[in-house]
Amino acid sequence: MFTMLRLRSGNRMEIPKSFLGYKRENGRAGTRNHVIILPVDDISNACAEAVANNIKGTIALPHSYGRLQFGADLELHFRTMIGTGSNPNVAAVIVIGIEPKWTKKIVDGIAKTGKPVEGFHIERTGDIGTTMKASKKAQEFVMWASEKQREECPLSDLWISVKCGESDTTSGLAANPTVGNLMDKLEPLGVHLCFGETSELTGAEKVCATRGATKEASDKFMKTWNDYNDFILKEATDDLSESQPTAGNIAGGLTTIEEKAFGNFQKIGNCKFVDVLEPAEEPTKGKGLYFMDTSSAAAECVTLQAAAGFNIHLFPTGQGNIVGNPIEPVIKLTANPLTVKGMGEHIDCDVSKILSREMNMSQAGDELIKTTMRVANGRLTCAEALGHKEFVMTKLYRSA
Amino acid sequence: MRLIYKILKISNNQIDTIYMATDIIIHDQKDNVGVVVIEKITPKQDCNCWIMENDSSAKIQSIDEIPLGHKIAMIDLKEGDTILKYGHDIGKVVKSIKKGEHVHVHNVKTKKW
Repeated sequence: MFTMLRLRSGNRMEIPKSFLGYKRENGRAGTRNHVIILPVDDISNACAEAVANNIKGTIALPHSYGRLQFGADLELHFRTMIGTGSNPNVAAVIVIGIEPKWTKKIVDGIAKTGKPVEGFHIERTGDIGTTMKASKKAQEFVMWASEKQREECPLSDLWISVKCGESDTTSGLAANPTVGNLMDKLEPLGVHLCFGETSELTGAEKVCATRGATKEASDKFMKTWNDYNDFILKEATDDLSESQPTAGNIAGGLTTIEEKAFGNFQKIGNCKFVDVLEPAEEPTKGKGLYFMDTSSAAAECVTLQAAAGFNIHLFPTGQGNIVGNPIEPVIKLTANPLTVKGMGEHIDCDVSKILSREMNMSQAGDELIKTTMRVANGRLTCAEALGHKEFVMTKLYRSA
Repeated sequence: MRLIYKILKISNNQIDTIYMATDIIIHDQKDNVGVVVIEKITPKQDCNCWIMENDSSAKIQSIDEIPLGHKIAMIDLKEGDTILKYGHDIGKVVKSIKKGEHVHVHNVKTKKW
C-alpha cells in the first residue's frame, strides 16, 4: 500500500583511515593524555587525592579495595591496577600504597610499557611527607606530558570496548544494533573490539556461543557463562528478578533477562569473537572481537575493559545510564527519544530517528563512527564534560 | 484511521518517498510480540507494524494503553506459551494474553532465574 522508505545503498560513508592520538613508548596509541595518581589500596586514597589536588592536570583514581585480598581476587586486583596504569590513554603514573612491596609490584608492572611511573609508600613517612614527595614527581610528569602532541595514528590503533546500560527495548531495537553496525564496518579494518556482561547474555548464551571464531573460543565462552550462572544460582534470592532486569529496564519495557540478553547481543553485529578474556586481561591474539568475562554493572565492566587496554568506549543506553570512566572516554548513544529529550546532556550520539524510520541502521552506524572519530581525536564526551570518573574495581570474594 | 504522511527529501539521490508512520516494530517474522515505538498507543488504536526481518507491514488494533518501548501481543497467547522476540524464546506466559494486550512482567516470566 505504501512504499517503504528506502535509501539507496552505494552512498557508503568513507571511513577515516587514521585518528589523532598520543603515541606511547610501547607502540600503542592513546585517545587521551592523562597523568594518573593511582592508590594501591583504600587507605591510600586520601594521599592520592591530596596529590591530585596539589598538581593541576592530574587525576586520582580512588577505590575501595587492595587490602588482605588473596588468590584469584588478589591477582585481579593487581591486573586491574597494572592494566589501568598501562592503558595508552595514560601518559604517566604516580602509584601510592601503604606498603612498599605491593606498591613496587604495580610500579614494575606498569614500567614494562616504558612510560614514566614512580611509586611512593606511606608507612614510616605519613600522608603529608608522602604527598609532598609524590606531588613533586607528579608535577614533573604532568609538565612533561603537557608537551605531548597528537599525531596521526592508524585506525587500527583504536581498541573499542562496548557495554550497554539502563537498557530498554529501544536498546535492542536500535542503539545496540547501531554499535553492531559500527563493529561490522570497523572489524575488517583491524581494530580491537571487546564486549562483556556474562550474566546479561543469559537466555542468549547458546546463540552467543555459536559466534566463537573457533571451537575453542565457543567452548571457553560456554564454560565462562556456566561458571557465572552457577555462581548466580548459588547466591540467588527472591530479589534476583528485581536486579535483572533492573527497575529501569522494566520501566522501559524489558520483561525478562532473556529479552535483555538478546537485545544486548545485538551490539556485536555479525562479528565472531576470537577469544574469551579473564576480567581485565589484555588481548593477545591480535585484532578482532574479544569477549571478556565481566559483571554487567556498568562501572565495573568499563573499568575492567579499560584495564585490558581499550582506549575508547561505546555505551548504548535506553533509559539513560550516565556512567563515565577516568581514563577511557565513554561515548553514549540512545535511540529513546524521551531520553534524548529529558537528559540530552548525557547523550553524545542520538539515533532515535531509527524508531521513526527516518534513519536506517547503516546511517546510524555511520553517525556513530563519526562521533567515535571526533572523540578519538580529542572531543570531550558528555560524561567527561560532566565529570563522570567512575573507577570501580571488581572484587571476586571476601578478603582474608 | 490515523494516517501520518512524511515527505523526506534525500539529498543524494533525489528520491522523494512517502511512507506511513510506524507505531510498532517487530524484530522477526516468527515473533508473537511487537514493540511500541511512539510515545504511547491508546486502547482501540489501529496500529501500523513494521517487521524488520523481511521489511513487511502488518496491522493490529490495541486493547490496552501501551507506552513507548513496551510490548503488544500480536496473537492470543495462553498460559505456558513461549514469547518469541528476535525470533527467540524470551520467556513464558503466566497469565493468558489477548491479541492487542500489553505484554510485560504481569503476564510473562523468565524461564531462567
